[in-house]
Amino acid sequence: MQSNPQLNANGELRHLLSIEGLPREVLLGILDTAASFVGVTEREVKKVPILRGKSVFNLFFEPSTRTRTTFEIAAKRLSADVINLNIAASSQTKGESLLDTVANLSAMQADVFVVRHASSGAPFLIAQHVKAHEHVINAGDGRHAHPTQGLLDLYTIRHYKRDFSRLTVAVVGDVLHSRVARSLIHGLTTLSTPEVRVIGPKTLLPTGVESLGVRVFHDMREGLRGADVVVMLRLQSERMRGALLPSAQEFFKHYGLTAEKLALARPDAIVMHPGPMNRGVEIDSSVADGPHSVILPQVTFGIAVRMAVMSMVAGTS
Amino acid sequence: MKILIRNGRVVDPASGRDAVGDVAIADGRICESLAGEPERVIDARGLVVAPGLIDLSARLREPGFEYKATLESEMDAAVAGGVTSLACPPDTDPPLDEPGLVDMLRRRAKALSRARVYPVGALTVQLAGERLTEMAELAEAGCVAFSQANAPLSDTQVLWRALQYAATFGFPVWLRAEDYCLARGGVAHDGEVATRLGLPGIPAFAETIALGALLELVRASGARLHVCRLSSAGAVQLMRAAKAEGLPVSCDVGAHYVHLSDMDLGYFDSHCRLTPPLRSQRDREALSAGLADGTIDCMCSDHTPVDEDQKQLPFSEAEPGATGLELLLPLALKWGALRNLPLAKTMARITSDPARILGVQSGRLAPGAPADVVVFDPQASVRIGAGMLRSQGKNTPFLGYELEGRVRYTLVAGKPVYESA
Amino acid sequence: MKPLPDAESLCAGLVAELRPLIGPNTAMIGLYTGGVWLAERLHAELALAQPLGTMDIAFYRDDYNKQGLARDPKRTRIPFTVGGRDLLLVDDVLYTGRTVRAAMNELFDYGRPASISLVVLADRGGRELPICAQHCGAKVDVPADMRLRLRRGDDGKLRLELERAE
Repeated sequence: MQSNPQLNANGELRHLLSIEGLPREVLLGILDTAASFVGVTEREVKKVPILRGKSVFNLFFEPSTRTRTTFEIAAKRLSADVINLNIAASSQTKGESLLDTVANLSAMQADVFVVRHASSGAPFLIAQHVKAHEHVINAGDGRHAHPTQGLLDLYTIRHYKRDFSRLTVAVVGDVLHSRVARSLIHGLTTLSTPEVRVIGPKTLLPTGVESLGVRVFHDMREGLRGADVVVMLRLQSERMRGALLPSAQEFFKHYGLTAEKLALARPDAIVMHPGPMNRGVEIDSSVADGPHSVILPQVTFGIAVRMAVMSMVAGTS
Repeated sequence: MKILIRNGRVVDPASGRDAVGDVAIADGRICESLAGEPERVIDARGLVVAPGLIDLSARLREPGFEYKATLESEMDAAVAGGVTSLACPPDTDPPLDEPGLVDMLRRRAKALSRARVYPVGALTVQLAGERLTEMAELAEAGCVAFSQANAPLSDTQVLWRALQYAATFGFPVWLRAEDYCLARGGVAHDGEVATRLGLPGIPAFAETIALGALLELVRASGARLHVCRLSSAGAVQLMRAAKAEGLPVSCDVGAHYVHLSDMDLGYFDSHCRLTPPLRSQRDREALSAGLADGTIDCMCSDHTPVDEDQKQLPFSEAEPGATGLELLLPLALKWGALRNLPLAKTMARITSDPARILGVQSGRLAPGAPADVVVFDPQASVRIGAGMLRSQGKNTPFLGYELEGRVRYTLVAGKPVYESA
Repeated sequence: MKPLPDAESLCAGLVAELRPLIGPNTAMIGLYTGGVWLAERLHAELALAQPLGTMDIAFYRDDYNKQGLARDPKRTRIPFTVGGRDLLLVDDVLYTGRTVRAAMNELFDYGRPASISLVVLADRGGRELPICAQHCGAKVDVPADMRLRLRRGDDGKLRLELERAE
């Protein structure tokens, strides 16, 4: 695979696999299209007929109720038929390979595959093998990318802050394991955000993370100083078992977002979280429910963004 | 049979010869000249005549993995690639930890009358890293050295004992340097590319930490150590110092590693899923330079046929390995050309140098030496593809590439075993 | 070929035609992009009570399978309730009728209007659906390989233009 597999010969979005590799115009086009869909989600008849007759298959190899539900809602609002397949990891060991699973579904007239997989790169492999009229949307692959989440984060930032070119954005927490962080960082740098910071202990920051275009901070107070946007990442309990962290308590003390630490950011800073939140681990309840938090609007925007992505890819040939 | 190979550019790294001339073969050996008329004349005008290639690592997949490849197909591949001698690692199924298995493998290979096969025996029983194998018995059955292949040996005490025991008999030990715990779970070089792609990484110091430990154990035990498949700049530095110190050590590099780096992973290309992983461009450069200055003794193919199903998987799930027997020559020539080396020096790295490590008489064109010869066209190019590969392993990052160096004749013990137009 | 009519005088003509029909229940919606410019003028001159609605039909087009999603969708804004309303749907040029069909479908997803009247500046014929304009500035002949467009100058003045169709 030499050329960018997401774009067709005309530079249109055929699949959405990662934010990395999307030209700026395509990225902005998705955000603009999402804005049109926000209107739809706000009126009484929340449906448009654009994907009527098309089938969207949610292929979730990693369980997830939230993301799957938002994709399902988005597809139904586009009048598409939605089929959910929760393929637990164990059924893969029953022998059917990833590509065989996809080939079987393809035989059932699929138009869009929304794929979540534990292995980085799985959606790229699928995209290499689908038919010309089939489209792949990456709903999260391993640690690599979660492009629709990155897009809805970008949409949220644009909604509240308008101009990326003046912003300082801080991403806090387990960047090492976070596909959300990687997607957001690529999006921010593509849209010329001048200062993107990652804040976390060394054990949770990947090797050579600066090469993504970010400034590294291990001191959260220093990292939050003057930030316009604070994005908190989820900390999974497995990290304590993997010798990456001693305890949730110590993590919260140094890297949890409290009102006191948030006060170091700009007075009009917004606080984001991809969800689901671990209250008291990465974020204090007072902040999560406070005036700076835009965590709930993120969810609404997420539906419009996914509607935009689905209607853009399903329309390319 | 009396054969005369005429008017070729004869390149014999061991003697330094590089000139147009003839090579005479009789009774399976190179000779000064032929008494009487040759039964066969090979016209080698415009071609290079060199010792047959010696590959220190080629997996033949037998016994146990016949669905991946068979002795027949892989031996065909070997001679098609100009390889006349190869050493095969012990990670068959069952592993080569019993004299009976080694014996059977040698007989099967000999019966096929293609390349010479030198089995490398398992260092520990079942390669499990706990109990020593009967090395003396295995050596008698034909093992030329002892190895763990890619299986870990994390109990350093067992490692020390194994080296001491091997040193007792003077058996060489061939080991890949990798700290099992640091490499655990990793599938790619721990660097910027793995960070971007979200792949768990294996840091370069997983190799250097293990190599440092190995070298200490060599000092303590006196064992002869050959380090397999160097992958990092740090390892090259350690080997340079170890050789300067006079330790009985040698090492090799896989042909892919002087050409590719982690940048070649591209969009998760599982053909680049290899063990050890492809590291950074800086590491690649150090490996290439190390091979040129002799710190790294030789290049091998590390031929590992993997069936396509095991490659058509997400990167971290795909089976590591690449086919290599038929690419060793062109990849070596390409490396030599990029570094502007004289042909004799390039060829040394795949003939006389591995011969020295293997301890065999082949790898040179001196009179009396076994007549293992390759005749190839250095200018003719080959397009790498599933169709032209005789190996059952069609898995290579070089699919679709045009590489120069086409084998025309391969002779083993004075008998032509491969010919092509 | 006949010269194109003057958009400004056509506009004035429509205003005169519509003025007696405006009531408290009347509302106006312009279709992007030319229809919105025309609607802005009409809305201002007719001094309608309800704010102007603007509509983009991107999600209701019938050519999605061939053309994909339109490149630069605008946002539909209807700042009044549609149910029970007498609506004036405004577009610059009426041609095949597909745009109006899509607009009506979209409109009905907002509510059930009492009536819809179509107002266009120019009708170039070539209908492919049973759609007609209740109020039309002028009939214009346009060659098949050309497109008729409304343009708005920096001074706000409207004019009709022909350009080659892709």
